Amino acid sequence: MKFKSMISLASAVAVAGSLFAGIASAEDKVGFVYVGPVGDHGWTYRHDIGRQAVQKALGDKVKTTFVESVKEGPDSERVIRQMAADGHKVIFTTSFGFMNPTLKVAKQFPNVKFEHATGYKRSKNVSTYSGRFYEGRYVVGKIAGKMTKTNVIGYVGSFPIPEVVRGINATALAAKSVNPDIQIKVAWVNTWYDPGKEGDAAKALIDQGADIILQHTDSPAPLQVAESRGVWAVGQASDMHHFAPKAQLTAIIDNWDGYYVARTKAALDGSWKSADTWAGLKTGMVELSKYNDAIPADVVKLAEETRKGIIDGSVKPFAGPFNKQDGTEAVAAGKELDDGTLLGMDWYVEGVQGKLPK
Amino acid sequence: MSGMDWIVPVILTVITAATPLVFAGIGELITEKSGVLNLGVEGMMVVGAVTAFVTATVTGSYILAVLAAALSGAFMAFLFGILTLSLMANQVATGLALTLFGVGLSALIGQDFVGVPVDAIAKLNIPGLSDLPVVGPIIFGQDPLVYLSLVIVALVSWFLYKTKAGLILRAVGDSHDAAHSIGYSVIGIRYLAVMFGGAMSGIGGAYLSLAYTPMWAENMTAGRGWIALALIVFATWKPGLVLIGAYMFGGITILQLHAQAAGLDLPSQILSMLPYVATVVVLVLISKDESRIRKHAPACIGKIFHPAA
Amino acid sequence: MVYLTPLLALLLTVLTSTIVFSLLGVNPLEALENFFIKPIDNQYGATELLVKATPLILCAIGLSVGFRANVWNIGAEGQLTMGAIIGGGVFIYLHDVESVLLLPAMILMGAAGGALWAAIPAFLKTRFNANEILTSLMLVYVAILVLSLLVHGPWRDPDGFNFPESRTFSESATMPILMEGTRLHFGTIIALLAVFGTWIMLSKTLVGFQVKVIGAAPKAGSYAGFSQKKIIWFCLLFGGAMAGLAGVSEVSGPVGQLLPSISPGYGFTAIIVAFLGRLHPVGIIFAGLLMALTYLGGETAQINLGLPVAVTGVFQGMVLFYLLACDVLVNYRFKMVRFGKAAS
Repeated sequence: MKFKSMISLASAVAVAGSLFAGIASAEDKVGFVYVGPVGDHGWTYRHDIGRQAVQKALGDKVKTTFVESVKEGPDSERVIRQMAADGHKVIFTTSFGFMNPTLKVAKQFPNVKFEHATGYKRSKNVSTYSGRFYEGRYVVGKIAGKMTKTNVIGYVGSFPIPEVVRGINATALAAKSVNPDIQIKVAWVNTWYDPGKEGDAAKALIDQGADIILQHTDSPAPLQVAESRGVWAVGQASDMHHFAPKAQLTAIIDNWDGYYVARTKAALDGSWKSADTWAGLKTGMVELSKYNDAIPADVVKLAEETRKGIIDGSVKPFAGPFNKQDGTEAVAAGKELDDGTLLGMDWYVEGVQGKLPK
Repeated sequence: MSGMDWIVPVILTVITAATPLVFAGIGELITEKSGVLNLGVEGMMVVGAVTAFVTATVTGSYILAVLAAALSGAFMAFLFGILTLSLMANQVATGLALTLFGVGLSALIGQDFVGVPVDAIAKLNIPGLSDLPVVGPIIFGQDPLVYLSLVIVALVSWFLYKTKAGLILRAVGDSHDAAHSIGYSVIGIRYLAVMFGGAMSGIGGAYLSLAYTPMWAENMTAGRGWIALALIVFATWKPGLVLIGAYMFGGITILQLHAQAAGLDLPSQILSMLPYVATVVVLVLISKDESRIRKHAPACIGKIFHPAA
Repeated sequence: MVYLTPLLALLLTVLTSTIVFSLLGVNPLEALENFFIKPIDNQYGATELLVKATPLILCAIGLSVGFRANVWNIGAEGQLTMGAIIGGGVFIYLHDVESVLLLPAMILMGAAGGALWAAIPAFLKTRFNANEILTSLMLVYVAILVLSLLVHGPWRDPDGFNFPESRTFSESATMPILMEGTRLHFGTIIALLAVFGTWIMLSKTLVGFQVKVIGAAPKAGSYAGFSQKKIIWFCLLFGGAMAGLAGVSEVSGPVGQLLPSISPGYGFTAIIVAFLGRLHPVGIIFAGLLMALTYLGGETAQINLGLPVAVTGVFQGMVLFYLLACDVLVNYRFKMVRFGKAAS
């Protein structure tokens, strides 16, 4: 049970908690604000693994705390503020919708360091960070392009935001580079988390000819569907191979451990500075899990070359030339998309089916 | 995609999506027929889901798991019964509180079971029959719970309209004072009805965590209890229509995903609205005949019964 | 006796939670302190309680009128969302207008938006006899998808890198802050006015009388010549308008922009609040504050004691069970009075 250490924690916190901000205690507090439950086995689950890594790395020097299932909107501002007032040194806010609340609270607590995931607004005491998950998707796209027999890749989407669209496009570009006939079909479920609906979307995509299922939703349901239907799939956020031992080609893993430990240390020793971190395969914020043994050696080799190429900079996922969905040129040969364009990507590349809402 | 190949998998998907709604809906139908409105379906379902999952992973027995889910749902309903039937608490508010309670309780029970895989309940496999084209997988290739859901709908229908016990249940729901004056135990009958509703919601939850998406994750019912509640209204309190409503709702949900996958040029949000809008439209079409609805809707629903009054 | 019920409920809660929290390995006193006292033991916390309770009270006061007349609007969440959309939409289209009239226009349109969304179940009920439980609930999902469509599409902040959120509301589109340094905003005043107005309406006006009569005895209502249909229309429009006000006061208050999710289920929680407050305007204020307090307490318990949010759910359920169960005292009193009358 999680609760065993609670009594000691409670007494420690009671002392610090009743006092107001800025009064030093033996342990420095590090706070995490989650949008989902830690038991979602997806996005929030991975952030909580990162929190545990901080606790483990810094031992009794810090006390990590978290609040889960915090709704975006007014509730998040209250929770973040309460943590700041409670004397937390660093507060990680781990959902895009926490952006404006984080900035508002940061203004009132200039001595507390804030770290906001996936946003773009920063200030003196607010950093932003996110993973270049599209790098992982680009590697996956190469594998998918080689492994598909029907030339149809199915993609279970959550919401049509730039982060998700970027992942779809990276997959499409990589798959097309090894297999020009590839088509990507997208089914949006309009939720981050509804195992039943995610699974149903995967089934619909398979019934429409897809033999590889990719997803940008949180539950392992699409992999389970792929496993039972005998098609391939790719895990999301964490290694999901135990849900789909035969079907999972690989998984794109969010690994926040290193970043969280480094930033916490920096905040404690005073070297913390506001920064924008968008890290990928190179730093390990994005990882690929073990490749499925059923992937032929030449495909594994291609995937590894791509992965290493992205790390050493010789492979650039969004390097031209390639076209937008309607056939107009997106990027000319010899150029690549800049981060600003990637951040706000709201158009599909060639090979992706369907329309994005405007 | 050639010919009619796609129809079979689509029908299979629809059946899977609809079955949890059928269980929860038919159970709540009995509850409501007895004159009690329990809005805690979502909470009972999610507790059933976690109980089934934990039991299945610990014992390895799916029969035990489904039984445990039914028991846990019935227990939740029993709590509801104590509050609303014995202590005469307001049913609407107690049902909602039951959902809050159930979502929290299930998360507590299941916290060590997140990320644990479990095999799906095996599908029926009758050599020869299950391999027939089209009818094979649809009629002879489902998992046992799908057949159970159909049997229960038939049994409930028979019970309500062909047995004396069913008549008494309806009498209790239509006029508790009259039923009481004839000498029936209104409260006792309602306890049974409420607990049957809970047991069915529990099995509906078990279907989610053992068959639909065999896993445990917090809040995995994702609002299906509310849809089940709406389906009873949709069905104008008739068991057969609960089944049809669940399959229609599931069917439209699946078809809109197919429309998206086929690249239909409409925003996904508009397509996602379809099941809800369609349910309203169909309800409007079938609601015109006021007398027919009045015949089936329990008159005492939600009203507190004072035995001594 | 009636006034003793909350005390009895509190006592039972303390007793049970002592057992439950001990089982969970948490000091029960500390847990209770974190749930009920810590969140509001300072001025800021107290104002936050009002901020959290405001939309709950607004939705609940609107619903309570309907519930009294047996109009089962359970779609306040959708009406709240539509209020936020229409009210917020005024700003989206007039974002460069600096006028003292902008906020009043938004508030009015927010109420209109909520009423408009509730008019659909009212129309379907009165014209086609379609049950409002189903129609109002289904429209919740539709309203949320409409909001999603708008903030993912045409209403995105043009400088927001296509992220799903609108531009942030300007000063003249934002609810005035009532107390410097807090988030206490004008919406709370609106909620209190709504409660007061509803009280007057129910106790002093003909329509309030009709609502009460139709709810208590529909047949008596129709003998008296009250139109059932008019009451259905009134209850749904009123409930929708109140929920719409809650929606617009959230987006132009503490949210400050349109987001894909603007409410953590206030419209549903408000149903509990309405009944917990016994459908009485003053009761609803207390019920709204109590409900808000359990949410705030849950957050505090998570931060200070590391209790997972699941415990909050169980605890909330338990508190509500006791409070609702203590109705038995009220009911028995009711019966004894009746008995006494019959005997005399």
